[in-house]
Amino acid sequence: MKNLTFKKKSKFIEFIGEKFIAVNAFVALAAVLLIFIFIFKEALPIFYDEYIQEEVTIEKMIVKQAFAEGREAKFSWQPNSDNPRYSLLPLFIGTLKASIIAMLFAIPLGVGGAIYSSQFASKRMREIIKPAIEMLSGIPSVVLGFFALIVLATFLQNTFGFTYRLNSINAGIALGLTVIPLIFTISEDALTSVPGSLADAALALGANKWQVTSTVILPAALPGIAAGIVLGFGRAIGETMIVLMASGNAAIVSSAFTDSIRTFSATIASELAEVVFGSAHYSVLFFLGSLLFLFTFIINMTGDIVLIRLKEKLQGGK
Amino acid sequence: MGIDTENISLKKNITSLFTKKSSGIIPKTLTLTSVLIILTVLAIILFDIVVHGIGTISWEFLSSPPKNGMESGGIFPAIFGTAALVMLMTVAVIPIGVMTAIYLHEYRSETSKLTRLIRIAINNLASIPSIVFGLFGLGFFIGFIGNGIDSMFFEGSRPVWGQPAIIWASLTMSLLTLPVVIISTEEALRTIPQEMKDASYALGATKLQTIRKIILPQAMPGILTGAILAINRGAGEVAPIMFTGAAYYLPYLPSKLNDQFMEMGYHIFVMATQSPDIEATKPILYGTVLVLLILTFSLNFLAILFRYKLRMKKVRT
Repeated sequence: MKNLTFKKKSKFIEFIGEKFIAVNAFVALAAVLLIFIFIFKEALPIFYDEYIQEEVTIEKMIVKQAFAEGREAKFSWQPNSDNPRYSLLPLFIGTLKASIIAMLFAIPLGVGGAIYSSQFASKRMREIIKPAIEMLSGIPSVVLGFFALIVLATFLQNTFGFTYRLNSINAGIALGLTVIPLIFTISEDALTSVPGSLADAALALGANKWQVTSTVILPAALPGIAAGIVLGFGRAIGETMIVLMASGNAAIVSSAFTDSIRTFSATIASELAEVVFGSAHYSVLFFLGSLLFLFTFIINMTGDIVLIRLKEKLQGGK
Repeated sequence: MGIDTENISLKKNITSLFTKKSSGIIPKTLTLTSVLIILTVLAIILFDIVVHGIGTISWEFLSSPPKNGMESGGIFPAIFGTAALVMLMTVAVIPIGVMTAIYLHEYRSETSKLTRLIRIAINNLASIPSIVFGLFGLGFFIGFIGNGIDSMFFEGSRPVWGQPAIIWASLTMSLLTLPVVIISTEEALRTIPQEMKDASYALGATKLQTIRKIILPQAMPGILTGAILAINRGAGEVAPIMFTGAAYYLPYLPSKLNDQFMEMGYHIFVMATQSPDIEATKPILYGTVLVLLILTFSLNFLAILFRYKLRMKKVRT
């Protein structure tokens, strides 16, 4: 009898324990949903609130707006003027310019580094490369932003004679440094997970080391490398501190990479502190956040699907 | 025309390098160059920061508050704030992260729909830009929960909880670091041999008992790795705490959960971008950066050490 009650009690505890653990397991899921809901909720007034719509609508964010009647209409981001205008174009251009530079800098280095590390490097060399990459990814972005602001910007300006010290090239290079570890790690992972049997078969057919790499391993790992690049791009779009510190923060429409820029993320970071709770400007900043969220969400899903498929394919070939 | 033929012959030259007799010397050199550039850039950054920062670091710098508008004095409040932030964050994130990993690994099959859904959520949580976490912290923790508490329990116009505070900053940060903890705990759970769990069940232990007595102790290195990586990330991120609790300068240390706090990363950001005289703040700035780097690197090193130990165990079993 005693034994029975003990069992009953422990069964109850088991039940509660499992439920408790299960509830905690849903925190991650709930967090993503809540983030989605709360970011969009604050942006939503743009679509229905009449008071806010007088100041800003989706149309006004996309079409050119004039400062006053009779003046020339322009794409401009001037939320603090008497007649606030919220054109997304300058921010979009800024974000794009910074990430293009970042990717131009990071793809060759990240992918090249991964190919070297997985195909050519001696064991000893690999023991230098891998911790170095981990170190690079361990540098906080505010430190890279600081370095770009204080050291890199001066160096670039002295070398190339830029008119503006802080510009998209400066910010893009620093941004690239945060993307390199990501691209490197995913690419290297893809390259090393190509089954050895494939390489052995090619070697047996008389191919040499580089031919095996270029005709067997690289094509097989290509989707993984592409996914790494895509995920790296997502990281570059969302990164905040570096562009906030090193890009000059000027929202201008220009095609020159040597001009100062302002990105979506930096706009949120620099303006949210001074904004009035619930104002049009506040909603617009959350709208920018929603765009960032959606964009990285889509990019991440795409990248993940590619990586999962690749994994299945390569493991199936074993 | 002349250029065209030149181009063609050049192309032929290159392709001939890649065909049969090529040993891959060109691709090898090119990719080696990539590696060397990465290593050089890393070395330059570290060298620059160490050389300029080492002179500033002293016991006084680490233990005294800023003076003269940040142009002299130390960074003790920022170090204290960072420590308080990551401690609160760890307290929040470790139990949740570990339990999530255990639920996914011990209670659910890998192929169930729910597991997949949670995995997708974890993956996405890891990729959301940190500034969006900041927005969320402001909108959810401060705007929704904090204001909610205020309107329910506190009368009056001054916000008590509905304002930037260390508790909101650390909760925001704990969501950001949740995937890190889950992933490294799971990595550790995978190394526990099934026989060990079976033996525990065979002795009559229940699932919870097995988790407490067998699984958790075995997974400890992985959980520690996760904690260290999370602390590392939490100490380095600035964007999520900018609006949720970090302050530019405070004359006092945070003592209550709803106090604001100073933080090293935010301190660096503010000194670097808003100082009226950047040359005067430079030594302190470099000193702070070096302290932050030493902190994150030593945490990283610890995490690598733990992971290495874990791998060794995996090899043995």
